Amino acid sequence: MNIGETSQGAAARLAVEGEMTIYRAAELKPVLLDAVRTHDAPALDLANVTEFDCAGLQLLLAARREAARLGKRLALVAPSPAVVEACLLLGVDLDGDAA
Amino acid sequence: MSINIDQVTYTFIAESRELLEQMESALLAVARDGMDAVNAIFRAAHTIKGSAGMFGLDPVVEFTHVAESVLDKVRDGAIPVTDELVALLLGCRDHIGALVDAVERGTLDTDADLAQAGMPLVAALQGYLGGSAGRAASAPAAAAGAAAGTGHWHISLRFGTDVLRNGMDPLSFIRYLGQMGTVTGVVTIADDLPDADAFDPESCYLGFEIGFDSDADKAAIDGVFDFVRDDCVIRIQPPENRVAGYLAWLDEAPAQRERLGEMLVRCGSVTAHELEQALAAQATARAAGTPAAPIGAILVEQGAVHAPVVEAALAKQRQAAESRPQQENRSVRVDADKLDRLINLVGELIIAGAGANLVARRTQIPELLECTSTLSSLVEEVRDSALQLRMVKIGATFNRFQRVVHDVARELGKDIRLDVSGEDAELDKTVVEKIGDPLTHLVRNAMDHGIEPADVRAARGKPAQGTVALNAYHDSGSIVIEVSDDGGGLKRERILAKAIERGLVEPGRTLSDKEIFNLIFEPGFSTAEQVTNLSGRGVGMDVVKRNIVALRGSVEIASTEGAGTTVTVRLPLTLAIINGFQVGIGKSVFVIPMDMVEECIEFHEQPGCDWVDLRGRPLPFVRLRERFGIEGAPARRRSIVVVRYGSSKAGLVVDQLLGEFQTVIKPLGKVFAGARFLSGSSILGNGEVALILDMAALLGGVEADSVAAVA
Repeated sequence: MNIGETSQGAAARLAVEGEMTIYRAAELKPVLLDAVRTHDAPALDLANVTEFDCAGLQLLLAARREAARLGKRLALVAPSPAVVEACLLLGVDLDGDAA
Repeated sequence: MSINIDQVTYTFIAESRELLEQMESALLAVARDGMDAVNAIFRAAHTIKGSAGMFGLDPVVEFTHVAESVLDKVRDGAIPVTDELVALLLGCRDHIGALVDAVERGTLDTDADLAQAGMPLVAALQGYLGGSAGRAASAPAAAAGAAAGTGHWHISLRFGTDVLRNGMDPLSFIRYLGQMGTVTGVVTIADDLPDADAFDPESCYLGFEIGFDSDADKAAIDGVFDFVRDDCVIRIQPPENRVAGYLAWLDEAPAQRERLGEMLVRCGSVTAHELEQALAAQATARAAGTPAAPIGAILVEQGAVHAPVVEAALAKQRQAAESRPQQENRSVRVDADKLDRLINLVGELIIAGAGANLVARRTQIPELLECTSTLSSLVEEVRDSALQLRMVKIGATFNRFQRVVHDVARELGKDIRLDVSGEDAELDKTVVEKIGDPLTHLVRNAMDHGIEPADVRAARGKPAQGTVALNAYHDSGSIVIEVSDDGGGLKRERILAKAIERGLVEPGRTLSDKEIFNLIFEPGFSTAEQVTNLSGRGVGMDVVKRNIVALRGSVEIASTEGAGTTVTVRLPLTLAIINGFQVGIGKSVFVIPMDMVEECIEFHEQPGCDWVDLRGRPLPFVRLRERFGIEGAPARRRSIVVVRYGSSKAGLVVDQLLGEFQTVIKPLGKVFAGARFLSGSSILGNGEVALILDMAALLGGVEADSVAAVA
């Protein structure tokens, strides 16, 4: 499992790899929120998320809402099949606005 | 699935086993309890199916579903309860048990033999189902496909904050719903998600609105959420009062009504048109001058809502919600390994405490002495409560035998009843686990060899129904378990003849009844005239005895020819920590379990005499110095510790009485496996090792010696 930033500066993209579940929720929260707060155009690369549960979903929703509060838009890039499947099942629109 | 599979599966396994036990006792009681028992069986099967489905354990779901279908018909009275059906259902119960075991081993999907084993049962069950067999065979997953005549349900879930922490993922419940029908739409409600800083990533803040097409009944849908019932607000809107029900619900939450309405539409539970119509109707009603009446009430009046249905459903849910927490607050499931670890630690604590005590006494600092003595009494209390945690009632073990007796009686073609008493007697879990096999053997033996065939019983003037009884009680630090029968009893002469034939006894020797009866515990001794499926295969009572002795226990047999036999098993209450009485011989320290010590008296040597006069009664004694071959001259003033074990009483001659100490029992190494008279070892406060005496062996020896002396 890895959390890596691919580029610095204004348009940073944060890649979440491995599980995005309750097991890592506590670890991921500060990283995600930090990314949202420090960059002007935050983006999450979800291509390598292998597992995704409700805790993961909550993290995404919370990060997206925080971005909205700060007047930014959190881009979710290349969601992996695990993420897409869960969001589809739960009726969550990944490209939509903060709920 | 990404939920904490280990922990939750463990819960599933434990609960399933509990349910299977309930199912078994209900099956055995079905003749007596009638419908109540049938309902209990159905409930058990149903709940197992529901939870198994939640974990995607398809083999369990499929098999249980067939059994459940039969049970459903039994419940409706379409199938009568017969002995054959009970036997078949017991077989099914065992198969479900085997499937659950496979889940535990993680071999559920790969075990082809197990699947094969289930086939004849399924075939037999389908015999009962008759025409509907085809449908029953196809598991609920298939039912979803044939959703033509299904109803549309609306399920509303609000999860509690601890759901995720408890290892459940709401996602998996919704996934499972997909197996019971078609999920037409889900809306995730994240309104409760707090601000970023207050957001606890491990709490759950989500709710879901779910539209669901299924022909399952409400109980089945409700059952999906059994595992989260305490952590979740569940609202299931049945098909028959859809629109009206939703509206009544909308009335309850006027502030959110528009959003809720929108959500219902998105879930596919209500069409936009239906909603518009209903809202218009409400508006009209308002305009007509009845603004106070909520639309739900209006619709009830119009007959659109089945009020009793809703009320009954709500009452049922409420009831379920109320009764559960009470039950669960009373007990906590704890991993047995954790308890064992606790007991081990308490053991170490006692040893360390004894060391501290020793130092305190040597230094003679009053404050330190006071502290250590307070500490010791606390440690003692901790020990008692820790051991108490592992104590379980023997009743559960006894009740398992109802099944054994039922099955074996059927197999033997005898009519036998099991009487159980003393179920409340408690003993250590580790002992309970190990006593099952020997007891099973004893019970089977009693049924097979003890109870006579019906015609013999009639000729002897006994009731046609034979009785096997299990009884348990506490007696001086031991638990005593009696297995008795009212059968033919042991034939003294035949046992003696056989023992002589096998060379176990020299011809012409006089033996007491007790000694003769105890011969049947010798290896290779079996007196059954007829070799049956159950016993008489040469491995019998000797194995029972060996198992019991391995638990530091003993076994005795008493019998009256023609009237019955009673086997008495005596076991220590615990295998971990005891109150010990320490005695010294030379430099060695031995421990006698305190519960067996009766008194201590002074010893006066009379050459050639190995008994003393204890208040007018002869008391045989053993010189431990000789028994263990300890060298050196005996102490000037010696004492006798009078001990009692079961019915025998004897004295042990020792050099010193050291007093009562807590003793942590450690097993003896393999090297000492052959050492008689010792049952374990213990570490003293000063780091030295003390040996724990095996009273059963020591006193058994005394008795044999004294009998031999008389003869």
